[in-house]
Amino acid sequence: MTSKIENSNGSATVYPAPNAMRVKVVGGGVAGLTCAHAFARRGAQVTLIERKSATGQGCSWYAGGMLAPWCERESAEPIIAELGLESLAYWREAVPDVPNEGSLVLAQPRDLPDLKRFSRRTEGFDWVDGAQIAALEPDLEGRFDQGLFFPTEAHLEPRKALAALTERLVNEYNVTIRYEADGFDVVDDQADEADEADVIMDCRGLGARDQLADLRGVKGEMLVLYSTEISLKRPVRMLHPRIPVYIVPRGDGHFMIGATSIENDERGRVTGRSMLELLGAVYALHPAFGEAEIVEIGADVRPAFPDNIPRLRRRGRTIYVNGLYRHGFLAAPALARRAADLAFDGTACPEVMDEDHREW
Amino acid sequence: MDAITSNNLTTSTLAGADPVEFYGTQVASRLLLGTAQYPSPAILAEAIRASGSDIVTVSLRRESGAAKAGQSFWQLIRDLGVKVLPNTAGCKTVKEAVTTAEMARDLFDTPWVKLEVIGEDDTLQPDVFGLVEAARILSRDGFQVFPYTTEDLVVAEKLISAGCEVLMPWGAPIGSGRGLNNPYGLRSMRAHFPGIPLVVDAGVGLPSHAAMAMELGYDAVLLNTAVAKAGDPVRMARAFARAIEAGREGLLADPMETRDMAAPSTPVMGRAAFGQ
Repeated sequence: MTSKIENSNGSATVYPAPNAMRVKVVGGGVAGLTCAHAFARRGAQVTLIERKSATGQGCSWYAGGMLAPWCERESAEPIIAELGLESLAYWREAVPDVPNEGSLVLAQPRDLPDLKRFSRRTEGFDWVDGAQIAALEPDLEGRFDQGLFFPTEAHLEPRKALAALTERLVNEYNVTIRYEADGFDVVDDQADEADEADVIMDCRGLGARDQLADLRGVKGEMLVLYSTEISLKRPVRMLHPRIPVYIVPRGDGHFMIGATSIENDERGRVTGRSMLELLGAVYALHPAFGEAEIVEIGADVRPAFPDNIPRLRRRGRTIYVNGLYRHGFLAAPALARRAADLAFDGTACPEVMDEDHREW
Repeated sequence: MDAITSNNLTTSTLAGADPVEFYGTQVASRLLLGTAQYPSPAILAEAIRASGSDIVTVSLRRESGAAKAGQSFWQLIRDLGVKVLPNTAGCKTVKEAVTTAEMARDLFDTPWVKLEVIGEDDTLQPDVFGLVEAARILSRDGFQVFPYTTEDLVVAEKLISAGCEVLMPWGAPIGSGRGLNNPYGLRSMRAHFPGIPLVVDAGVGLPSHAAMAMELGYDAVLLNTAVAKAGDPVRMARAFARAIEAGREGLLADPMETRDMAAPSTPVMGRAAFGQ
């Protein structure tokens, strides 16, 4: 089906065969881009449609980028860890700069019961004492006596990662990207084009609520700080009964702080209370954050199904990938691979597909 | 002890049925469940079903209320067919609590409100002065207030004169899971207010804590974290439902008196005698 030509960088450029499956991907966030990749690497001829002028501008833009299946296992269903392990391997291969530094989970002495509970609810970690924490993160020396270290986890910078993936799709896989195009509106207006696609991948996130009535929005707020007084090698999670917070080092003195999780679907607005809570928590981690410069604040709404588990749904020739909740980077590649298996081989994946087959 | 009075009332109603009444509304379940912190709305829904609860609390953040932006979550709860008791969770001033209560009344179309005015960040202890003031304002405005309070009897009196017909003293600080820190205080509260529905609210960690509250003669128990943060929230919800039923049944069964000396449950007469 496909022919491959090695280019000077040694990476393969894939040219779809004339009779290749034609796939239209709607939405250029982490779900759409990984779907485009999954289909293109199997030889499909992929067109990606993005509403904005660049990819990765929706809630992927505000993601933490923690590739932490074991940490997420504490509060998520086992399937999330399973998807996460597959996705972790994907990102290491698919994009540059995925530091394999693990992740660290800490709590203030008064919140040690939360740390114990966290440890009971997951695996893949070692208990670390104050000296070991200092060896991992020298700037945290003397600040914590106990913590959990998850050595096999990793993190990435979501914006850079999606830009790199977009570039690969275009350069290596000849994926056509149409920017500032409006997904299904365009399809409706141009019936010919709709007829051209064998498969439509609907990766619009909350935008697909018109088709997926059980989607809801869960708001998340974040901020980016800049400080030269502290450095961290890996994501650090601080447990707290009300205000759990994580800090992801983004390099060059930048730190992403996230994230609130609020049951509403209001886009964009960031409240003082949320910032107070996030900043208070990182200030407790290290006072240097009190002196840090606030570079950015942001908020968006994550799409979620009632059980917070992502889904593939197939209706006719459309496959929906949605409900990634707070697990976009953690789950998207594994879902994309399953979506391609479904389209190419008819392989069902009941773990992420609704059992209700009536509407197919 | 009031337990006796209320027992006579309840046992004289329909055999088997033992409803509890808040502001004229009778419900069968004596477990009131909070809806925050569950792993997912689907697990929350299953836990509510397993608990058999008729009333769930929903805390409202003011930003969500103002924008009416939490509709899909609230709709999930409405779909369960339970009564919603909106909660002014986390409010720290009278004004904030009153504003939140007004939003909740619009959103959920109910005069009920669980009134929280938090006075201290570390213990989340109620600010009882603000609480009484807010209760007075809201009662005058037609609300039916469920105040989250301490076991202080004087505060309780003032809440009643402010218009409250239900009192909800804490068992222990919110989310601490410590159980009933002051059984003596809770017992004397029960004795002082025999005719007022009393609900232990907050601090309950284990089913046995809830059973104890019922054995003390409390009318109901309100909890959230103990179920939401259990490894298996659905199972824990069921455990609490059974514990509350057991505690209530135990109370109604008129427990034996405690005594200092052993009282053999089988006669000693006729026991084989050794060493003769």
